[in-house]
Amino acid sequence: MTEPSRRTVLTAGLAAVTGVGAALGGRAVWDATVAAPPPDPPELTGAVGRATVAFRGERQPGVGTPAPAFVTIVAFDLHPGVDREALIRLMRVWTADIERLMAGTPPLADQTGELTALPASLTATVGYGPGFFTAAALADRAPAWAVPLPAFAIDRLEDRWSGGDLVLQVCADDQLAVAHAVRVLSVGASTFATARWTQRGFRHAPGVTAPGATMRNLLGQLDGTHNVQPDVDPDLVWHTGPDNGWFAGGTSMVVRRIQMNLDTWDVLDRGSREAAMGRRLADGAPLTGSKETDLPDLEARDDRGFTVIGPAAHVRRATATTPRERFMRRPFNYLDPPTAGLLFITFQADPVAQLVPVQQRLADADLLNIWTTPVGSAVFAVPPGARAGEYLGQGLLA
Amino acid sequence: MRQQVAAAGVVAVLALAGCSQSGSGSASNPSPSGGCPLTISDAWVKAVDSGMTAAFGTLKNTTDQTVTIDSATSPAAPMLELHEVVTGTDGAATMQPKAGGFVLDPGTTTTLAPGGEHVMFMGVSTPIKVGDEVTVSLHTTAGAECTMTAPARTFTGGNETYAPSMPGMDSPSQSPMGDMGSSSQSPMPGMDMPTP
Repeated sequence: MTEPSRRTVLTAGLAAVTGVGAALGGRAVWDATVAAPPPDPPELTGAVGRATVAFRGERQPGVGTPAPAFVTIVAFDLHPGVDREALIRLMRVWTADIERLMAGTPPLADQTGELTALPASLTATVGYGPGFFTAAALADRAPAWAVPLPAFAIDRLEDRWSGGDLVLQVCADDQLAVAHAVRVLSVGASTFATARWTQRGFRHAPGVTAPGATMRNLLGQLDGTHNVQPDVDPDLVWHTGPDNGWFAGGTSMVVRRIQMNLDTWDVLDRGSREAAMGRRLADGAPLTGSKETDLPDLEARDDRGFTVIGPAAHVRRATATTPRERFMRRPFNYLDPPTAGLLFITFQADPVAQLVPVQQRLADADLLNIWTTPVGSAVFAVPPGARAGEYLGQGLLA
Repeated sequence: MRQQVAAAGVVAVLALAGCSQSGSGSASNPSPSGGCPLTISDAWVKAVDSGMTAAFGTLKNTTDQTVTIDSATSPAAPMLELHEVVTGTDGAATMQPKAGGFVLDPGTTTTLAPGGEHVMFMGVSTPIKVGDEVTVSLHTTAGAECTMTAPARTFTGGNETYAPSMPGMDSPSQSPMGDMGSSSQSPMPGMDMPTP
């Protein structure tokens, strides 16, 4: 093909996308495209940036809402002397600012409002560590599980990735939107708290995979297969029931930083990698199945009598042994040279009942432990969402 | 569908703010007596421990008459003034009382913002803490009063120097006293970091 012909194909495609000149023939498109200025691109390219997620409601956003491309999580230590009255003021400030940021409206006092114009599905989620309840003198109203997870033998936890009195999870499909929201909310909190740690993570960029597709982690695995869907199993994610009524619609957020040794993983052949996981790399199907959604057959044996999915394969060890041993994973990858890994973020109504038994089995035996090491861990109580006229945490603090 | 376009979200937020008294960032007060000729949105005040600070916001004249605001009051400070910021021949930004007050032509909107017109607080003695909600009343020459609720925010800008005495404007009511003393170079609005 000649050079102009290739160009015609390109411009015809562009015209079809924009809906301009789609009915014209190739030569006419070529002439029109060459003669006319290019179509205005913002209408084509701005949709991801303009997308917003609703803030107000029974539950906070950033849990059941689809995980976008980027996350920044900041854990804070409260300043000495910050009490319930001060926490109410902080929650008022954050509530108002989050609502505006998520809507693409400049928060009060923001002198760089342009940076809020494209929220790109921004969400900001607030959670309380044990120290928050203590500072508010409301420890008796904290969920019983709002304490650090038990120590696991595989843990190599570092303070710089662990704990915190207060957490802010900011997600969006654009790093600039995340960065500005984190900045605004950090400034708003600056007289109440100091950042303890910041962790940044990423998933596939918008449009790269089909909506709802399982993400890949840096080991190349599909990560999140058979995830809990909060609209299908709300009781696994959200606090319900008569006890601790203020927390209805709340959840727990566990943030574990799982470092991956990509150098030693590189040494493995693909068959060994798949055996360690118990799933195929290509499509995430269990070694006993043909597609990602197939349930693993833990009893299936090969012609030598060995189980196809090995005794210490990750998928076997992670399989729930009771209906309650399930939790919602919302992970992100991190690359923080020279380290890399996974921000293993989970949401569940009760981490002690749902997450800990599984983590204990994985700590006891999981082939992936050869290449993965937990270096950070934190547990937060995510209060219910702010309904119209409310501030976050009002049911607790008011 | 959880997602909407941002424009719809903005409209929703503004509508919410316009009728909210809970301090989610705005206040609007067509007073029950029908006196206030303005709608006020996005009001906020810079948090400060003591001394000077300022309030900002967006004022819209909803009437067909010119509105002139000539004074302001607040429980948070004994003395408030209506200020503007001007750039002197030396290039330095200086704030000063706005001669004639804030004048809004019919149907127009004016924004009080750092670096521009603002409501100056002087002699603050009880800390205005981040997240507090400060009531500010604007008074018009026609005798109307517009009250706004201004949430207090952390803000480090707005440090123009203050020139309390303008040529021909040396009446005592326009010269802030109190803990400003006689200094004519005090930073505005206060350099103290607010307490938590």
